[in-house]
Amino acid sequence: MLLQDIVRLLDADVLCGQDLLDRKIETCCGSDMMSDVLAFCKCNSLLCTGLTNIQVVRTADMTELSAIVFVRGKIPSDIIVAEATENNLPMLATEHTLFEACGILYQAGLKGCKRGEK
Amino acid sequence: MSVKLNYACEGGNFDVAGEASAKIKKTLQRIGIPADVVRRIAIGTYEAEMNVIIHAGGGNVCAEVFPDKTIITVSDEGPGIPDIKQALQEGWSTAPDYVRQMGFGAGMGLPNMVKCSDDIDIQSTVGKGTNIVMTFKHKSEDL
Ligand SMILES: Nc1ncnc2c1ncn2[C@@H]1O[C@H](COP(=O)(O)OP(=O)(O)O)[C@@H](O)[C@H]1O
Ligand SMILES: [Mg+2]
Repeated sequence: MLLQDIVRLLDADVLCGQDLLDRKIETCCGSDMMSDVLAFCKCNSLLCTGLTNIQVVRTADMTELSAIVFVRGKIPSDIIVAEATENNLPMLATEHTLFEACGILYQAGLKGCKRGEK
Repeated sequence: MSVKLNYACEGGNFDVAGEASAKIKKTLQRIGIPADVVRRIAIGTYEAEMNVIIHAGGGNVCAEVFPDKTIITVSDEGPGIPDIKQALQEGWSTAPDYVRQMGFGAGMGLPNMVKCSDDIDIQSTVGKGTNIVMTFKHKSEDL
């Protein structure tokens, strides 16, 4: 599925990376714990999270995530969006809760990051 | 011949936490280290960097890049780890709640450093500090 499909499915706002919405996303991880993301997320995954601090951008950089979706209507500060823009990391924001956002994407065919897989 | 990078990390400064690892990652990419190896190094280094910032009041992150391997040394003069075996267990954490609210403190850092690296040596003395050396071979797993 493409990032632009995710924007539509989650009725999301695009905070940055408008020109990168043709990115292909195959796996997704939903978590507020960055250590879990670092341990279990595959590269090129989407991350749905309620956390909006700078560590989300750093974690995305290290783990090579394809995009971030902020849930529950949370919006990171301008500094964080600017850093993501610099890293070519698209950021979306949706009103859905973490559970709902993950459920919608799972139903639409997105797979999870299984533990133990790289 | 080797490339050596050294960064000091300020304890408790979460705005810049992870910058050392990000810089090391960029350098490794520029040198042409295989992408999957760079990712393992970046993740392991980032967890170690977060640990010195969270648990040790700051420290040093050093990367030495050889043709066949990268060695990451993360050292601090913090409180030390009383029981390394316990600290290595998934889920074991002494991190305070404010750290968990920032997305860390799940007790997954040290286990992930073990998983990401080809070799890890943890030396720690209570009251003196901790020194962690991780070795990453440059052989790509995709080959
Ligand atoms: N550099 C360090 N100095 C002192 N204690 C440390 C250090 N690194 C790790 N620890 C101890 O080991 C525990 C487990 O570390 P880790 O697996 O990274 O989990 P977390 O950082 O999420 O607590 C920490 O909670 C802390 O008690
Ligand atoms: Mg840790």
